[in-house]
Amino acid sequence: MHARRESEPTPMKNPTTVERKSEREFVVTRTFNGPARLVFEAWTKPELLKLWWAPKSMGMSLLSCEADVRVGGKYRFVFGFDASKTMAFFGRYLEVTPHSRLVWTNEEGDGGEAITTVTFEEKGGKTLLVLSELHPSKEALDGAIGFGEGLRETFEQLDELLVTLGASEGRS
Amino acid sequence: MVQYSTARLDASFAALSDATRRGVLEQLGRADASITDLAEKFHMTLTGMKKHVGVLEQVGLVTTEKVGRVRTCKLGRRRLSEETAWLERYRQLWASRFDELDKVVEELKRKEKANARKKRK
Repeated sequence: MHARRESEPTPMKNPTTVERKSEREFVVTRTFNGPARLVFEAWTKPELLKLWWAPKSMGMSLLSCEADVRVGGKYRFVFGFDASKTMAFFGRYLEVTPHSRLVWTNEEGDGGEAITTVTFEEKGGKTLLVLSELHPSKEALDGAIGFGEGLRETFEQLDELLVTLGASEGRS
Repeated sequence: MVQYSTARLDASFAALSDATRRGVLEQLGRADASITDLAEKFHMTLTGMKKHVGVLEQVGLVTTEKVGRVRTCKLGRRRLSEETAWLERYRQLWASRFDELDKVVEELKRKEKANARKKRK
């Protein structure tokens, strides 16, 4: 179960907003108090990426983090609860435009590739970052969210029960 | 990714453990319907159908609205609230990542300044 620890934003932190833009797309927005070249650097150097990509609250640590940030280059992040339970996220970079734009594929899902686009826009020494996650279909996005999953699970349990009851049952 | 609480799963499970109620959900998935429509479709009394709809309503799978003398049933907003919950967790993940990223950016800024100072010397 998720902990009730509300992570209320501390005064100095800039807010992060998330919005569902369409049936297939989410958008995350955040401002950073630094120039775009530095924010971009933190997204493109694996040794910097691993400092922030797996925050403690995620409950998982980053076991390995490889990223060849060039057009066509691949990345692979492996997360783990412990050594026996790992989860890999991988894909390749489609666009790498220094200090302004990064696009990569997410190939770990089974509903087709999701595309992540990150743009960095500098204004007065601050950087507005917009991250969009575009899924191949509404079903893929729902699947990623876990709707499909939860409901399927409920129905599967129901099926099992019906089989068990089947023999002894008359009418409901 | 969404975690279901056991109590809620039990309640939904109970609500779904009846063929008529599953039929009603299927039906409402196609179009909204009044209790009268549903009762007719499932060859039931109004009272019987009201009970079934009540069970589904309790677990949030169905919502009903009375307009004039007709009570219309539709699929519940539960999906929506699950989506909201998921979005909030998704937001929290990014927010905590970005709070860490703030630190990295601060560190890079500091280093850049230090280097600039060194160069000037």
